[in-house]
Amino acid sequence: MKRRTAFKVAFASVAAAVGTAAKPLSASVPLAAPADAVGLLYDTTKCIGCKACVVACREANGLEPDTSWSGGLYQAPLDLNEKTKTVIKLYDDGEHRSFVKAQCMHCIDPACASACMLGAFKKREFGIVTYDVNYCIGCRYCEVACPYGVPKFQWSKAAPKMVKCELCNHRLAQGKVPACAEVCPRQAVIFGKRDELLAEAKRRIAENPGKYVQKVYGETDGGGTQCLYVSHVPFEQIGLPALSEQSTPTLQRTIQHSIYRGFAAPVALYGLLGMVMLRNRKSGEGQA
Amino acid sequence: MSAHAQPIGGRILTRPFRVLLGLFAIAGVLILYRLATGLGQVTAMNDGYPWGLWIAFDVVTGTALACGGYAVALLVYVLHRGQYHPLVRPAILTSALGYTLAGIGVGLDVGRWWSIWRVPLFFWHWNLNSVLLEVALCIMAYMFVLWIELSPAFLEKAQVSGAPAVRRFAVRALPIVNRALLWVIALGILLPTMHQSSLGALMLIAGPRLHPLWNTGWLPLLFLLSCIGMGYAAVVFEAALSSWLFRREPEREMLAGLSKGIIPFAFAYLALRLVDFAVRGQLPALFAFDFYSVMTLVELGLTAAAALLLVGEARRRRLGNLFRAAMLFMLAGSVYRFDTYLVAFRPGAQWSYFPSVTEMLVTFGLVAGEIMLYIVIVKIFPIVTVNERKTVAAV
Repeated sequence: MKRRTAFKVAFASVAAAVGTAAKPLSASVPLAAPADAVGLLYDTTKCIGCKACVVACREANGLEPDTSWSGGLYQAPLDLNEKTKTVIKLYDDGEHRSFVKAQCMHCIDPACASACMLGAFKKREFGIVTYDVNYCIGCRYCEVACPYGVPKFQWSKAAPKMVKCELCNHRLAQGKVPACAEVCPRQAVIFGKRDELLAEAKRRIAENPGKYVQKVYGETDGGGTQCLYVSHVPFEQIGLPALSEQSTPTLQRTIQHSIYRGFAAPVALYGLLGMVMLRNRKSGEGQA
Repeated sequence: MSAHAQPIGGRILTRPFRVLLGLFAIAGVLILYRLATGLGQVTAMNDGYPWGLWIAFDVVTGTALACGGYAVALLVYVLHRGQYHPLVRPAILTSALGYTLAGIGVGLDVGRWWSIWRVPLFFWHWNLNSVLLEVALCIMAYMFVLWIELSPAFLEKAQVSGAPAVRRFAVRALPIVNRALLWVIALGILLPTMHQSSLGALMLIAGPRLHPLWNTGWLPLLFLLSCIGMGYAAVVFEAALSSWLFRREPEREMLAGLSKGIIPFAFAYLALRLVDFAVRGQLPALFAFDFYSVMTLVELGLTAAAALLLVGEARRRRLGNLFRAAMLFMLAGSVYRFDTYLVAFRPGAQWSYFPSVTEMLVTFGLVAGEIMLYIVIVKIFPIVTVNERKTVAAV
């Protein structure tokens, strides 16, 4: 009797777990960018590393200059950080040499937004992943989640916020384009609708097949991004990680949603536990 | 229901207690400093390692070590082993304290701690994709559940209180609590099942940045299996330790029986990990003998060693042996959690993290506070079933 009850409970919980882990990939649907999606297209072959975009971004977003590396002399952010929403880095292995711009990729299925408890990070108008500090408690799970390491935390502030590129959505509202794209003297980074940028990227590769790696980074990587890259150097070498076509949160979300579908499993388990315990109590010396 | 549980009694401000108090005071000052200046001043966390010691230990490991209440409730109320009933209260007390410590740890770790109340209350903003939301809500709820499960101990004491109002309240409340207790305890089994497994699922979102030796869809079940074993281990450890410290006869039979509970969870965990490595083709990585492989082998080795120490009736009769096995299993589960949250997480070669001295002092101080509260509560309230008081308590 006792053993049978125990067995039933154990079986029910294991079955629930097995059922979910056994089909982790079934719920994955190919993702599509929102119809109004906008983004950036960055071309390593055009960038001359002048960093005008870094300065313009700072001004447009009211960020303090990052002079920590230069000892207070001039702005020289080494990476994205709590004062820097875009940065130009240099890749040089002796053979290949390339500049590369980093900023938020504005994923089609952003891991930060999937992680965020109250939706402080969310895909909002034009598919831009924006930040609403009112729903942020500073847990930094977004930083754990983002495969590109984009969201940054204000470590030195008593009332910290998260910092990342929001595609100058405040400028878009004024009919302007993002500051980095506006100032770029070589149009190495351009702003536009995602589908148009993707067509432009493919056109450039098709016209100059010898010049480019035969792939637009962000078309499908990590489920696709709204900021796209074309490059003459393999993408992984310039810091763009090799990601599958499935977005990073897919596995976690599938497992979690299978366990908690309709909240049925927890309710059933609760009922089962209560019933078993009631019967145990009735059967006497159990002292429950 | 627990007619035999009695306050241990004795002086509270002993010398060891003062040491704990000192540690707690240091942490208190550092906590105030952290709240006034931000996380960067007190911790070594950075944008590469946004989660450090406070999450990996205070929350993820601490709540697993505090699964004694969960594991023992499972045994006594679901598997109907009434003979273990005397262990319920001390186990629930350690759990309540452990989860409260975790709650405080989270409160210190989140950057915007003053807005944490929004998480449970802003339900129309809940992101149901967020595993962290589920973990947060579950842990908050479970903290309440644990203190309610423990409340009969306080109410029993209040029934003989000097103040008539307190006495009247306790006399009226106790039967109500006792009647509802079954459904509260059921909740106290459901909630840890949910959030302890979700603590495993949490790191899955790191995707390719989580090392393949740890990155598996079975992470939730692995965390669940190991936390139940850790719960039994923690109760054995704590009972053996407190019988020594409070100079009372240990419940040898009971601890031997309880420690048996570790074995199936240890072997299930080991089997699942090894099969999963094989299925995902990670066996070469397991035996690559690089840092990651060595850490994994340490986790597996500690787990296996703990389980093997407990196989066989004769081995389980020696209290020292039980104590060693319990410690090994607690260590195994702790290393597994630290590895999943810190070692397996690879944000890139330019980042590194090792907790700062001040960060560690806060953790030590919070643990000291937890131990202090345990001592105070078992001395004043009927928690522990006292068999035979030989001499005055050592602490």
